[in-house]
Amino acid sequence: MKVRLILTLGTVAVAIAIISLWMGQLAHTWLPPQASAESILIDNLFSFLVTLGTFIFLGVFGTLTYSVLFQRADKYDYSDGPHIEGNVKLEIIWTAIPFALVIWIATYSYQIYDQMSVLGPMEHVHMMASAEAANTADVEVEDKENIEVYSRQWAWEFHYGDVTSTELHLPNNKRVKLALHSADVIHGFYIPAFRLKQDIIPGRVIDFEFTPIREGKYRLRDSQYSGTYFATMQTNVVVQSPEDYQQWLADASSNVPATSYNRAASEYAKRPVKGNWQTVIPAAPPVVNYSSPN
Amino acid sequence: MTNIPIDAIADIRSPEKPEDWRRFFGFSTDHKVIGIQYIVTSFLFFLIGGVLAMVIRGELITPESDLVDRTVYNSMFTMHGTIMLFLWTFPVLLGLSNYLVPLMIGARDMAFPRLNAVAFWMVPVFGIILMASFFVPGGSSQSGWWAYPPASLQNPTGNIVNGQFLWLLAVAISGVASIMGAINFVTTIFRMRTTGMTWFKMPVFVWAVLAAQIIQLFGLPALTAGAVMLLSDLTFGTSFFDPAKGGDPVLFQHFFWFYSHPAVYVIILPVFGIFSEIFPVYARKPLFGYKFVAVSSLIITGLSATVWVHHMFASGTPDWMRMFFMATSMLISVPTGIKVFAWVATIWGGKIKLNTPMLFGLGALVMFVFAGITGIMLAAVPVDIHVNNTYFVVGHFHYVIYGATVLGIYAALYHWFPKMTGRMYSEGLGKLHFILTFIGTNACFFPMHPLGLQGMPRRVASYDPEFAFWNVIASLGGFLLGISTLPFILNMVGSWVQGEKAPKNPWRAIGLEWLVSSPPSHENFEELPIVIAEPYGYGKDAPLVSNPDKLEIAHATN
Repeated sequence: MKVRLILTLGTVAVAIAIISLWMGQLAHTWLPPQASAESILIDNLFSFLVTLGTFIFLGVFGTLTYSVLFQRADKYDYSDGPHIEGNVKLEIIWTAIPFALVIWIATYSYQIYDQMSVLGPMEHVHMMASAEAANTADVEVEDKENIEVYSRQWAWEFHYGDVTSTELHLPNNKRVKLALHSADVIHGFYIPAFRLKQDIIPGRVIDFEFTPIREGKYRLRDSQYSGTYFATMQTNVVVQSPEDYQQWLADASSNVPATSYNRAASEYAKRPVKGNWQTVIPAAPPVVNYSSPN
Repeated sequence: MTNIPIDAIADIRSPEKPEDWRRFFGFSTDHKVIGIQYIVTSFLFFLIGGVLAMVIRGELITPESDLVDRTVYNSMFTMHGTIMLFLWTFPVLLGLSNYLVPLMIGARDMAFPRLNAVAFWMVPVFGIILMASFFVPGGSSQSGWWAYPPASLQNPTGNIVNGQFLWLLAVAISGVASIMGAINFVTTIFRMRTTGMTWFKMPVFVWAVLAAQIIQLFGLPALTAGAVMLLSDLTFGTSFFDPAKGGDPVLFQHFFWFYSHPAVYVIILPVFGIFSEIFPVYARKPLFGYKFVAVSSLIITGLSATVWVHHMFASGTPDWMRMFFMATSMLISVPTGIKVFAWVATIWGGKIKLNTPMLFGLGALVMFVFAGITGIMLAAVPVDIHVNNTYFVVGHFHYVIYGATVLGIYAALYHWFPKMTGRMYSEGLGKLHFILTFIGTNACFFPMHPLGLQGMPRRVASYDPEFAFWNVIASLGGFLLGISTLPFILNMVGSWVQGEKAPKNPWRAIGLEWLVSSPPSHENFEELPIVIAEPYGYGKDAPLVSNPDKLEIAHATN
């Protein structure tokens, strides 16, 4: 009897484990294309968590389903079940296993985050670290593409030295270092295809780094609620080969700066004046060398 | 443990007749009346918040912003969140706690009955203030229920009395009211337990309420202070949080989340308590590992104070902070896991009766487990960096707050309906309500997970067409949830008016509240019960109290 129980439980556990591994693989298809080096790391972590999560969910759900299907009281059965108050051994086990799992997940997540190393030092630690940072920066002479990002209600603007654009162009396979600025409220810099996001805090400049690895066109969205036209604050991200990127920069620099299309500003211009609901007026559309149609 | 001489207070009370329905509309100090006042008032606000949710889902059924103006949409989700939390979830749980805690610990009322009534009457007061904000020039607050500055400090009308001002005023009043309630509950549970009701004879619901209300005591001052400072920035031109004047907007986020994350446990702990009461009754087995379940509530209370930055992983927070709070956030899953496994073990091998409270309880448990798993994903910083502020988060917390909490509350309302009203509810309507709610919840909130993974931000009034498919399903699910409240209302109102009369203990449940009549008399107990057993003695056939025949007041015989 005991052997049979262990065999049954073992079979069920193996079946659930196989389903969980399959779900973990499937998880990759739920996500946008992997367009940055960081996205591969994050997706692997996500897939691992889906595997583990599926196992736990099916374990609990399966047990409950079995109980509900096969352990129902008959209609006129008013007797009680067995008086089992608990089992200390079992309870210690199901405290210890989640604890071990948590340490495993946290360590793995820490390692992934450490490898990503997307975030520059924050202001609060800057004071002490700035002296060191200045030194190491000199030594490294890093080959990074430096781009200034300006956000305001409700427009994105990118500065490549003197060249300005409302579309974010990036060279493929090169570390990019953004300096994030906000002129008014908190915005969020979010590119789903890169799996990366960072709030932009007015009054601070936040350094943010990553490496695009896949040519193509993606979306940048404001991810921190920024008021009336929040949803319109999107633009294209174009990852190009380094040659195309340089060509684009050269072409853009020869353009005369012109007023770009801005969805918030154009929607505001069409807004009926009457009505009780008032809004912050959108900033003037950026005047840039290069702009995308939306 | 002794009772504070409550008879002194009882003398002050007007000798109202228990049958007088008018007491529900006045300043009553009876904890049972206040409990029902909380539940009914908050349910009305639940319906209002639900209507706002319908507007949100109506807008999002198409990619373009075409149903309401963007300002109105922003007002809808701001007020939906605010109403659902401050005017539905918190007060309805306070209502259940108010009704049940004194009965469950063998007391005649709360420790401070007048404070209890004052705290309740502040709910309609700030509810009206919040509703009024729709009608002031400029409309209601549109800055989301987080009210992050500087967006919340932008005041396009330039008026002093604006939607954001009224919103902050309402939140501050709500904070004060909840602190009053918390003092009352903690005092009641510490001081008013009857003879023999030692800590480890206390029902888990009472443990959970204690754990939740301790969180209110340490957390709410931070939120209330944050709200008052923001109000001052908005109205008097101070610069606590305004970066243009040298303030720090991230500081507000710390104030806000220092309370508002633990607030999730203020909500979910009583629901854990409900699970722990309901599963033993309908599985006819003792709660598995009672002491572990009871103590794990307090461990959650302790840990809950150390996790708030996980809402700010993508904010202006340094790396070390993200890593530290990732570890603490994940640790919460350990005491929570203890509870989940305990409930599963309670149900396992029982004699299960699938009536409405049990169905809602089981549905809520399954959805809570799902939400717990997505919660671990969100606690992992790298994954959070992708899905933070996307619909993945919206899906996750609606599984907690609708899937687990609202369904858990429904379970409790059905389970204790006979006790509160003296009438039985309709089982058929209850089951119909469960089926509609369970399908609606999953149809509405599951699609939000793939949407978030694909990169749809939350709080958007319009979105790229690629997200349309899942949004249509979510909207249909949302409308189904709206419909699902109809059989519930019909059942509650109809059964209260003409339901079958309920006996003392229709579920053959173990607990002090089931030893007195339904509904209990004004004073609850003629003679205070003397507790001699642990709370979940199913399958043992041993008495819970030594004086069961002396609890009932002689004249209250219905």
